[in-house]
Formats: sequence, structure tokens, C-alpha cells
Amino acid sequence: MAKPSPNDRKYTREHEWAKDEGGETIAMGITDYAQEMLTDVVYVELPKVGRKVRQAEPFAVVESVKSVSDIFAPVSGEVVEVNQALEAAPELVNKDAFGEGWIARIRISHPAELDALMTAEQYEAHIKVAPR
Amino acid sequence: MRKTPLYERHLALGAAMTEFGGWTMPVQYTGVIDEHKNTRTRAGLFDVCHMGEIDVEGPQALELLQRVMSRNLSGQQVGEMKLSAITNERGGIIDDVTVYKRGREHYMVVTNAATKEEDTAWILKAKEDFGITGAVLTDRSDAVGKVDIQGPLAQKILSEIVEGDLPGLRFYHAMDTRVGGMSALVSRSGYTGEDGFEVYAHAGRIGEIWDLLMRIGDPHGLKPAGLGARDTLRLEAGMMLFGHEMGETVTPFEVPYGWITDLDKEFIGRTALKKQKEEGVRRKLIGFELVDRGIARQGYSVLAAGEKIGEVTSGTFSPTLGKAIGLAFVPVRFKDPGTEIAIEIRGQRVPARVVALPFYRRKKSGGE
Repeated sequence: MAKPSPNDRKYTREHEWAKDEGGETIAMGITDYAQEMLTDVVYVELPKVGRKVRQAEPFAVVESVKSVSDIFAPVSGEVVEVNQALEAAPELVNKDAFGEGWIARIRISHPAELDALMTAEQYEAHIKVAPR
Repeated sequence: MRKTPLYERHLALGAAMTEFGGWTMPVQYTGVIDEHKNTRTRAGLFDVCHMGEIDVEGPQALELLQRVMSRNLSGQQVGEMKLSAITNERGGIIDDVTVYKRGREHYMVVTNAATKEEDTAWILKAKEDFGITGAVLTDRSDAVGKVDIQGPLAQKILSEIVEGDLPGLRFYHAMDTRVGGMSALVSRSGYTGEDGFEVYAHAGRIGEIWDLLMRIGDPHGLKPAGLGARDTLRLEAGMMLFGHEMGETVTPFEVPYGWITDLDKEFIGRTALKKQKEEGVRRKLIGFELVDRGIARQGYSVLAAGEKIGEVTSGTFSPTLGKAIGLAFVPVRFKDPGTEIAIEIRGQRVPARVVALPFYRRKKSGGE
């Protein structure tokens, strides 16, 4: 069973989380529900630092043994850091999707986009009715 | 979507289910890599009730099968099992099947799940076309359940509940026996590259056999394994999957099935295959590994010198080798191990290398 989605961040319908880091950046990754659906993650294609992304644009790829999935930018902005640890240990996405398995940090250009994402409660309701 | 007799058990085990060949099947229970490694090191239990079982019986059963099978079955002994292709007039593969000789005039053909109806229709048509009256086909798939137990501890576990001399059962041989008191057919064979067994029993009793194996296998580390692990295991072992490496436009000589194709006997497709053999094939199935990071998937382009030369038929991350591997068709001049190719992954050219098959070969124990 998937771990509960923490209240300290927002969620997309595509199963990404975005956590406001108190300044102008957010950290993002995929939800525990998403990693469970994907099964064993064996490769993460990280975006380049400095890449400008628009909200909902595919900008990273997570490959499991069975499938390949696009990861969408939860907000528009610039990629300022990526989780290099995933290159050697992609399984961190399975082990700790909400923590050590984070994927990228984005300097947010339109803060309203973050506010408009789903709350944890809304996301939990979303995965009950719309499993991927 | 059809359900196997073990469906409720998979749900109770928390399996993620998927569609395969018209059936709802478990893709994984705890995780593909975990189930894969457990099968390589201890033992895995697989639900393969979705496969088709067709009995062919009668004084002309062999004559009929010889017409449709690429393999020469004339020397097959009772209790022996043979891998064979069924080919069309052009030599294309309609299915790859195993043929069990169960009695002097009794064969069982085990088909892939999705191809069973077509195989049956094909064999019936051959029966008509060649005027063979002394053979009867019976589709027993609904009445037959099947589980595979695979891995280095498979024999030890199954021995506890099987009657007869299991250690004495040779590779690709079968015996009629009892498993947990229930009548069953057991063969030493499988689809993982490990030692192991395929167990056929009545569909109504296969659940009891599954439960029994789970219980007595538990102290040995037996775990259920889903289609996800079945796919990575067979791919590491260089085994082909119908619909990926094989189909009606692929001939046995293009994939490593020349050894099950006997051009010295009459069968449908022989003329085309004989011609192909004389002229030489243009493309070959090869194994490759990625030199750089990424994973190749079915349908991705194979490149050489920037040009597309072929397509990936299966690709995955190999849990045993810890790298990305795959199978692909390439023109014959690229077939030799060591040849440098590339796989196009999301617009990027990822360097790859042709390697000899299989990717993984188990270390044989003393008794085999």
C-alpha cells in the first residue's frame, strides 16, 4: 500500500509532487503511489540544469523494468538542481519517493501555478477514483 | 478478460494485475527484480494456466503433426517433449509450441495463450487439406491448469509432494504422476533458464497444488513470480516470445530456431524455408547490450553509421547482469558479437554492442 501523501506539498494529476522550499524554488518528484504503479525503477533520465520548463511539459523520464514514463514539470521555471544520486541509485525513487527519491529543483516563475495544484487530500481522492 | 483458476489467490497476495493474451494475469507480487532474483537463487512459482493445451489423438496423429510442425517428431518417444514451430506456407511462424508425446497415438500441443484458436484452426485445416481422418483434436485448455516451478531449489521442493523419481526425470521429458495426491503431468522444462518443472493438472485442482507448493516451498524461499519476472528471466536466457521475436513474417532461420526445423521432411512452409536456407537469410535476431545508460524497448530503432538498420523486439534492464539488454533484428552483416551498433532512445543515439546469446547461462549442478 502506498504511503500517505504528506501535507507539506502540492500534487499534480500526473502523480508528481512539488514542495515549496520557502524561497523561490520547489523540490519535485513522483508520489509513492506512482512509484508503486511503475514498479522497480532502474533508470532516471534527469533534465539538464538550466533548462527552462513550462508547467506540464515532459522534462524527465523514469524507466522501470516494465515501462517507461514521462515526468511532467509541476510548475514553470528553470531547473536549478537535479538529484545526481539517482544516477547510481535509481531505486531511491521506490524506497523514498517523497524524500531521497526527489528528482529536480525548479526556480518557479509563476507562483500561482503552485497554489493551483492539488492538496494532499485532493490528491488522495484523485488516486482513489482515477488509478493510472 | 479471462481469469485463471488462481485469480483470487493473486489478489490475496496483493499482486498487480495486467492484461496478457486476453487474460488477467499477475505482473508482479512484491517487485519484478525481487521475484527475478529469487527465481535465479531459490525458486519461483508461476501461474501459466492461460496457455493452451490441445490433444491430438488417433492412428494418424503423428502424420497430422508432421504436416504442421517444423520439427521432425518421427523419433519422439512416449514421455518426451519437443519444442517446435508451426509455420505458414511462406515459412512464417504462426506459433512456437511444445509437443508432448503422452501415448503411442496421443500428443499434447501446448500453445501460447493468444494463439491457441489460430493454432487449432490451422491444424484442423491441415487435417482437411491432407485428408487425414484418423486424428482427433480436443481443446483441453479450460480443463487443464498449469503452474511452473522454476529455480535451483525447484526439484527439492517439488520432490516433497510428487510421486515417482523426479531427480531421474531428464530435461524435456515428462511423467504422468501425482502431485499432492492429485493426478498431474510433470515435465522438466520451463521458460526461465533455470532448472525447473511445468506441472499440468485438472483446472479444478490446480489451486490446491499452488497452495501446497506455496506452503512446503516457503521454508526453502519459494515465492510467487509474475509475468514481469517471467519476461526478464526468459530474455536473460535468450528465449524468444511470440509477438515480439516471432510472428507470421518471421521465419525459424531468422531467429535461432533452425535447430527445430527439419527440411528433410514434408511440412507446410518447407518449400519456402528450403529456398530461404539456400539463398541465405537477410536478417538475423541478435542480442545486444547497451554500452551507455538507458533502456531499449520493443520498437526502438537500431542504428549503424547513423542509418536505421533494424528494430528492437524486446528490451529490458537485466536484474542479473545489472545492465540494459535486448533482442533485435539486423541485416546479417551486423550479426557478429562485438559489432558496434546504436539504439535510438528518445531521439538520442545510445551506443550498444552485439553480444552472444544467451545473456545468462546457469551453472549446471553435478546431477544434470
